[in-house]
Amino acid sequence: MTASSRVIVLHLGLLALLFGLQFILPAYHHGNLARIMVLASYAVGYNILFGYTGLLSLGHALFFAAGMYGMGLTIQHMGFTPAPALIVGIVAGAFVAGALALLALRTVGVSFMIVTLMFAQAGYLTVLYFGEYTRGDEGFVIQQAQRVLWGVDLSNATNRYFAAWGLFSVSFGLSLWLVRSSFGRTLIAIRENEERVRMLGYDTYKHKLTAMIISGTISAAAGAFYGLLFGYAGASFASVQYSIFPLLWVLLGGAGTVLGPFVGTLFMFYLIDLSSGITSAYLLIAGLALVLLTLFAPQGLIGEIRRRFWKNLP
Amino acid sequence: MTKLIKGTTRRGALKTLAGAAAGTAALPLWARYAQAQSSEPIKIGFQQHSTGIGAAYGRWYGRTTEAAVKVINDGGGINGRMIEVIAEDDGTDPKRGAEVVEKFANQHNCDVAFGTLFSHVVIGSSPRAGELKLPYFVVSEGHHVASGMLNRYTLQPGITDVKSQVQAMAPYVSENLGKKVTMIFPDFAFGHDHRDFFSAAIEAQGGEVLEKIAIPPTETSFTKYFPRIPRDTEVLYHVMVGPAVLTFVKELGEFFGPSSPAIFGFIDSLEAVDIASPGLEFLEGTYFWEGNPRYAQADQTEYDKAFRAAVGVDDNGASISDPTDVSTYAHMFGCWETLHVIKHGLEHSGYQGPGDRAKLIEAVEALTDFPEGHAHPQGAKIFNGKTHQVFGHQYISRVENGKLVRVHTTSIEDTLYPDEVDYTTQPL
Repeated sequence: MTASSRVIVLHLGLLALLFGLQFILPAYHHGNLARIMVLASYAVGYNILFGYTGLLSLGHALFFAAGMYGMGLTIQHMGFTPAPALIVGIVAGAFVAGALALLALRTVGVSFMIVTLMFAQAGYLTVLYFGEYTRGDEGFVIQQAQRVLWGVDLSNATNRYFAAWGLFSVSFGLSLWLVRSSFGRTLIAIRENEERVRMLGYDTYKHKLTAMIISGTISAAAGAFYGLLFGYAGASFASVQYSIFPLLWVLLGGAGTVLGPFVGTLFMFYLIDLSSGITSAYLLIAGLALVLLTLFAPQGLIGEIRRRFWKNLP
Repeated sequence: MTKLIKGTTRRGALKTLAGAAAGTAALPLWARYAQAQSSEPIKIGFQQHSTGIGAAYGRWYGRTTEAAVKVINDGGGINGRMIEVIAEDDGTDPKRGAEVVEKFANQHNCDVAFGTLFSHVVIGSSPRAGELKLPYFVVSEGHHVASGMLNRYTLQPGITDVKSQVQAMAPYVSENLGKKVTMIFPDFAFGHDHRDFFSAAIEAQGGEVLEKIAIPPTETSFTKYFPRIPRDTEVLYHVMVGPAVLTFVKELGEFFGPSSPAIFGFIDSLEAVDIASPGLEFLEGTYFWEGNPRYAQADQTEYDKAFRAAVGVDDNGASISDPTDVSTYAHMFGCWETLHVIKHGLEHSGYQGPGDRAKLIEAVEALTDFPEGHAHPQGAKIFNGKTHQVFGHQYISRVENGKLVRVHTTSIEDTLYPDEVDYTTQPL
């Protein structure tokens, strides 16, 4: 087996495993995994910009929320069915990501972080400002009857799991294909040394712009699916916390690895879930675990595996 | 965190168990099975705001819940079964809230879930409770239940909602304080509810709202908004919440000096805050809505006395063990009363286990009157089974010598409004 096919088998193996787990997991973990797969898709989107292109955004909640509200508001106020509503959400995310990229990519480094953070905060306040439509911080419920996609009730646990698996498979597959393509390799080169890539004749601005739109679109798809699958859209998903989460998940799992976002999201979810069962100071345990990981596996869990055992893991 | 709250001693429990075991051995097989089923504790999942913006409320909701469970267990439990409270922190976050509801239903196998306060957590969690068919008793005072936004498995039988609270204030305000009102409210859903419900209610009383001043949620200084208050304002209505409220009151005092219009606010602004705090002197002589009077009143009922003693609250509404730890008295009675409604519902539905959850919902929907008593120390209530919302008396208090003194009690009729939903038509 060549190195390349080993990589393909590993990644397809994860998707097959997740597909199979559907039939054996107990109800609680079954529900958790559906949620984790949607959130991991968000992290996959984030990883394309942060892990592969080297652009640290603190404003991805804006894209997640654009997807969630693009989907939710059209269902709530315009009577859309889930399929077109999902498309509106995803397109809204792509559009917002493109617009923000045009402005934010004029900056680099810390300035890029601040500009993205600022716009995301403006997005959050916009949701509150138009409270008449968005119900602001309270948010609104997407009723069960509004969540039937092509005759499939997405409030049903099995259907929700498959929908989450479908979303994750597409974003995960896209991410794997992207980073192995020449476009993806150029992104990695930009991350490592943008000046040199430019000197070689590549239009780095165009690459970064495209990466940001792809990243924002995947994040928006995750936001749209999240609202649809769990029946709620609210302003907390547009808050700064939801810009930090994907950064944390990606750092934990391994920035610049295809598997990292999933592993990081899974790890963080169960770290909170299990430690909250032991003590009310569970955030302390979570914090301690993060510090230890940063000390002993600074490249994240999958990053560490790549460093030690599997040098060409994408 | 799992807490088993029992009023019995270990020795006493062992004796009871030994007696029960001996008795059970004498029963026929089918009865032994039924007995085994029904001696399990009733598991109540308590969705608690232990961290996040709701932590002060969560702390007191926790204390009230513990006290209520102790009283119920000491009194023999529910149909002879003890209550076991399983508390999970939702971080005052709707996403975590929904996860916690899943945990109650699928991991802890709780009989019911209970206790949520913040509206966004209720609205984020309720769809999952409905899908998992887990009775979800909220203590939120949001209008979300009665508005029809939620589902048949979500009920609010222990605390009134903001629409009825606000509406019931209008007659007193217009008759005693003035008819020309200016409203200052935070520019998010909670503030918008006040704006909309109160404007309609005061107009129905022949009054008018001269100006509606929405304050952005991130604002930390308020002086620049005050010149917008019209000169002929007779009543200033405020519902600011969050850490900036102390600044708000201080700046309001500096702006008006001694010649201010009548001032009416919702105690939500100052829950868990000592009215006698430095900077709040300006509140002297102003009026507040209270869900339940924080300070023990001259005509305190024996029920309020017993409730305070059980929860550990002194006559000033603070913790007995720490007078600086002020309670969220206007809201936390809701946990006490909701748990008693759950007890009532479980007993009347002949509840045996999670398979009977639908019967529990129907039993609670059939309830109508909750008389004032040890189970309902805040006052008598009327429950509407169609809208899943309870209605009750509201209180208006005036700050006198740094204490809140009740000056008016509304009737329950003042708080009623036409039904906006009939949840009983939804399938179980």
